[in-house]
Amino acid sequence: MISIQTVLLAALDGLSYGAQVFMVAVGLSLIFGVLRIVNVAHGSFYAIGAYVAASFGLFIAAAGWSPWLTYPAMALSACLVGIVVGGTLEVALLRRIYGKEQVLQLLVTFAVFMILEDMQKAVWGVRPYFIDAPLGLLGTVNILGINYSIYQLVVVPLFAVVMLVSLRYVLRHTRLGRIVTAVTDDREAAAAMGVDATRVYLLTFMIGASIAAFGGALASGATSLVPGMGAGMTILSFAVAATAGLGRIEGAAVAALMIGLGRSLAVYMAPEFDVLVPYLIMFLVLLFKPQGLFSVQQTRKV
Amino acid sequence: MFKRPFDALCALMLLMSSALAADKPKELVVGITTFLSGPASVFGVPGKNAADLLIADLNAKGGILGVPLRPIFIDEGAGINQLMSEYRRVVLNEKADVMLASISSASCLALTPIAEDLKVPNILWDCSTPRIFEDNDYKYSVRTQAHSGAEMLAAALYLIRNKPHFKTIAGVNQDYAAGRDQWGLFLVALKALKPDVEVVAELFPKFGAPDYSTEITRLQALRPDVIVNTSWGGDLDTFVQQAAARGVMTQSTFVFPLGESSLERLGNAMPPGVIIGGRGDHYFLHPKYAQQPAFRAFVTRYREKTNAYPIYPVLHMAQAFAALEDAYEKAAQTNNVPWPSSEQLMAAFRGLKFRGLTSEVTIREDNQGLEDQLIGTTIRVPEYDFAILDRISIYPAKLVTTPVGERSADWLSKIKPEIASDPSIETFTAGK
Repeated sequence: MISIQTVLLAALDGLSYGAQVFMVAVGLSLIFGVLRIVNVAHGSFYAIGAYVAASFGLFIAAAGWSPWLTYPAMALSACLVGIVVGGTLEVALLRRIYGKEQVLQLLVTFAVFMILEDMQKAVWGVRPYFIDAPLGLLGTVNILGINYSIYQLVVVPLFAVVMLVSLRYVLRHTRLGRIVTAVTDDREAAAAMGVDATRVYLLTFMIGASIAAFGGALASGATSLVPGMGAGMTILSFAVAATAGLGRIEGAAVAALMIGLGRSLAVYMAPEFDVLVPYLIMFLVLLFKPQGLFSVQQTRKV
Repeated sequence: MFKRPFDALCALMLLMSSALAADKPKELVVGITTFLSGPASVFGVPGKNAADLLIADLNAKGGILGVPLRPIFIDEGAGINQLMSEYRRVVLNEKADVMLASISSASCLALTPIAEDLKVPNILWDCSTPRIFEDNDYKYSVRTQAHSGAEMLAAALYLIRNKPHFKTIAGVNQDYAAGRDQWGLFLVALKALKPDVEVVAELFPKFGAPDYSTEITRLQALRPDVIVNTSWGGDLDTFVQQAAARGVMTQSTFVFPLGESSLERLGNAMPPGVIIGGRGDHYFLHPKYAQQPAFRAFVTRYREKTNAYPIYPVLHMAQAFAALEDAYEKAAQTNNVPWPSSEQLMAAFRGLKFRGLTSEVTIREDNQGLEDQLIGTTIRVPEYDFAILDRISIYPAKLVTTPVGERSADWLSKIKPEIASDPSIETFTAGK
């Protein structure tokens, strides 16, 4: 039943979805790693990023400009959402609740999530949006007799890989990355050494939000945008981040791929389990590694 | 005059109850449950817009029996528990006289027993599960539209009439109660009509799935002659968009029984040759009514207000208000009272014939509405920048609705293929 061809096709199918999930989960993970805050409103960045990118896309189409401009517009909208929405949220709200009880953090970010959901409806209405330029521009490629869209098969995963590699590089090999790592390890010690921890928090949050928004912008190229789309992604990205171990970037990539691949294989072999797969994977991983796949031993701070 | 004190008491109570019924209220409070949040708000918000428009019209001519209407909207998107308590609150605290519930079948299944408990007239204005009146006998609920048994049968009849030579079929349906029920009913009907049909795949993608890559790959590999998808809203739009981009839309015959609500949004992504249903005979270019002044005027006004053509929930809402108005008038007349009681109103619904904006609907003795079904095939014309319907068939409600006392799944399994060419089915071809 399970042939090499099935596995190959399933892998190709799972790639685009896994890549999108990765973008959202890695942002969530990064924010948790540095700020130690579980941001329930994270899925909203994904949704707002998608809506802003779609609005740009529709504007570009209406103005009669080259449809290729939708790609830079996606990056632009991701940065915009991360800096404006993410930045405002961090400065106005999250700053006040670092180090508070986790229940409080969950409640506050959940409230933010609800507010942002309603804000999306107020701005974009409830009508599903989609832009067909990105998907249509690149056409299809035929593999094993199956047509794949180049956008979903190559572009979206490629961006995800670029994101993963640059994040790794920045965190491991740049001054900024070392500062972020230092703040993550010990905020007080880093501050004593002259690091402006408040700024690092803000920057990290904006970057994390931008990555999620970019995931949404990429999704807007192939998915209809509807109210409530952020909620589904929030839940899934939590599953990925938990499977990977909160704060683990490479782990998020592996876990997102596992979920993408698992879902595809399920559609081939047991369509009934399609919805269950991400949580089944999470369950199995956490059963054997309660801290997640890529967790490291942590010394408890008093 | 009265032999026993008990008789006198009964007579007194009867008098008092009719005196109570005679008191005309200052306003008629109508509670309406609809999706104002979540993915189903693609139906809920057009439904609300329609209600606002219809209530303004009714109030402009003095309301129902001279009593103006005041709507209270309840969001179905907040979850069943919240919905149930809001429903109770609106009936008990806000003193709603009538409730219109709901879009989701799950909401209807949860709210009908509450309506019974509170003895409040409850109009099922949009939900489609056949279980409501097939599994229960409700006194205070009435459905002013068809159920999915009729909708799925009409789609299956259209398919075997217009594409008689297919052999294989696949289903791609949302993984939730309605998605599974609708596919189940469609398949039962299809197997009765065409016993040799081979089902090659039954896929149930997650509700709200953003990505159908795997489903589309499987459909490309299996190459079924027919693909049925009962999705709606963003899910259907995403599926069509991703399938069209990979050339699958032209590889098989697609059947979208709820597709009418997505046509305008999908624009160029929807190719010609796709079989589309309108959950009832709902279509803004209805071949019988599109040229009628009243229908045209409504379409124009709705478009001016919302910038979109009306879709089936809008027309379902029109049916609910038409039924409400006619039932109040009938009840007042039959009982010779200025304002009928809830019980008199419910009695008036039985056997009521009313017209929303499209064909007449009759309420059966089990409180189920008999609504015609419209199915068509997409075609592209220069006048519209989205696909419109051609080769429209209208299936009379009597032909496709499960009879009283039968269960849809059982009745559909006994359907005879001859009814696909029943003379009562009207077929129209786009003149343009």
